[in-house]
Amino acid sequence: MSSADTDLEVAVKQAQRPLLTRAQRKRRASLVAYSFIAPNFLGFVIFTLGPICAAFALAFMHWDGNNPIEWAGLDNLFKLFEDRAFKAALWNTIVYTVFSVPLTLAAALGVAVLLNGKIRGRNFFRTAMFFPYVASLVAVAVVWNMLFNPAMGPVNMILYTLGVDPSNLPGWAADRNYAMATVILFGVWKDLGYFMVIYLAGLQGIPRELYEAADIDGANSWQKFWRITVPQLAPTTFFVTVIMTIQSFKVFDQIFMITQGGPGTSTLVLVYHIYNESFVSWDLGYASMVAMVLFLIVLTVTVIQFRFTRETD
Amino acid sequence: MSTTADTAATVRRPTRPRRRRIKPGRLALYAGILVITAIMVLPFIWMLSASLKLDREVFAFPIQWIPEAPRWQNFVDIWQMIPLATFVYNTAKITVIVTLLQLFTSSFAAYAFAKLDFPYRNVLFLGYIATIAVPWHVYMLPQFLMMREFGLNNTHMALIFLQAFTAFGVFLMRQFYMSIPDELCEAARIDGMSEYQIWWRIMLPLSKPALSTLCIFTFVATWNDFLGPMIYLTETELKTIQIGLRMFISEYSTEYGLIMAASVVSLIPVLIVFLSLQRFFVEGIASTGLKG
Repeated sequence: MSSADTDLEVAVKQAQRPLLTRAQRKRRASLVAYSFIAPNFLGFVIFTLGPICAAFALAFMHWDGNNPIEWAGLDNLFKLFEDRAFKAALWNTIVYTVFSVPLTLAAALGVAVLLNGKIRGRNFFRTAMFFPYVASLVAVAVVWNMLFNPAMGPVNMILYTLGVDPSNLPGWAADRNYAMATVILFGVWKDLGYFMVIYLAGLQGIPRELYEAADIDGANSWQKFWRITVPQLAPTTFFVTVIMTIQSFKVFDQIFMITQGGPGTSTLVLVYHIYNESFVSWDLGYASMVAMVLFLIVLTVTVIQFRFTRETD
Repeated sequence: MSTTADTAATVRRPTRPRRRRIKPGRLALYAGILVITAIMVLPFIWMLSASLKLDREVFAFPIQWIPEAPRWQNFVDIWQMIPLATFVYNTAKITVIVTLLQLFTSSFAAYAFAKLDFPYRNVLFLGYIATIAVPWHVYMLPQFLMMREFGLNNTHMALIFLQAFTAFGVFLMRQFYMSIPDELCEAARIDGMSEYQIWWRIMLPLSKPALSTLCIFTFVATWNDFLGPMIYLTETELKTIQIGLRMFISEYSTEYGLIMAASVVSLIPVLIVFLSLQRFFVEGIASTGLKG
């Protein structure tokens, strides 16, 4: 009874609704749509898009944050070429990328293949590999610093008991020759689990029949890995390489926690330089110019990815 | 039914052939997995172990994994030496607000981008996509100057505004909504539902997997964020756990046991969230490949 009543009421109400013209209805629909995007869009424009545009403008200004802003033209650009710290930072960022990307890639692929089959406790192992990625960087960097403490850390203790001469023990983060390696090792350790997950997803997409056919032909696991798994995963590998490259150009947190860019400038990277020029030297225009370099690199990598994925599709 | 199946299984089991010999390849596989797992896990175990030790025991070699007399006092002391409770409260407050705002505004905007038609829709969406590729480090400085202009320096508001409205969230939710058939919305409209009702009563319940993914990404990223709070927060009472931890490390740099205890405490919330929602996290990465 009551439900019939309400149905009727609804029908009556709808019939009584004033008829809107097409244009009116369309305008009303647009307003509704804008009301949906407004909360996010306003925040996004004010706190992301605005600052991005400001960063471009600031790159052509002189400013210390207090005195009046001055037009700088290309001064900041020319300063890049004379700034030895910038050159070191750019070089170190490239070195970091060139070593950390292939290492992480190989490790993530290897672990994903190991954990793809039927294995007891598979979920436990996957979780264990993944946990460093979600763990807070500050906490794990402290452990890392202690484990790799040159004087009394367990890592050097183990090397010592294995017969490495005390004078040859690496100084890790405190040693100009090993600082970058320490940071790279840490990065690989921390990110491996994340890329393993992407590879596991990629492995799920390889048709079983390929392996069955290879079995019939008498291929061994090594041959199957190189002839089927690796080529079939090529799109995943490409995708992973791009993300990793972009990520490693943005490396900062772990360097801040482990080496602070030192010793000397041996682990100074682009973002660290931006941070220093911004919040230590307060050379805001120049900091933005360095940020532009970072932006251009990331943009280039992204555009290359875009081109390639479009071609392969 | 199930009992008969069970008994059948138990009866049959002895007649099955004994377990095959373990192949050497299989053995090597497990050995490899165990070695890698050890590398990934041992730092955490070492951390846990050190958190229960006296400072002079921390670096004792060979490593004593289970301390003879676990020093639980470490976990009491850290709360008194630094305002750890305040740090945890601040971080939890910021993280919860950011996560809720992120979930609400992203799913709300994504609904319009996926299911409604309006002028400039594609242009606006392209604007979102384009900024995903811009590293935060490129605009962190102008953002900081702007917040300073707004008088938001040294407030939690600054961090909330900084992280609550991401292009990534809108993108993730939109991709998910695109997979929900339009007919569902059409039918609801014919039944007289408003767009807001459709979003609340149809889209949100259907998008639980995507919401969970976004929720974990945001939670973990905000809880662990370190550069943001470091730039904005200078007053001790406002600091987050990551900054507090760092402060603690530099202030008590040789109190290794205590530092490890504080680190363990800082990891617990993320560990809980991660373990309980892990499935969504893994699926989210596998399907989007992006991070927050």
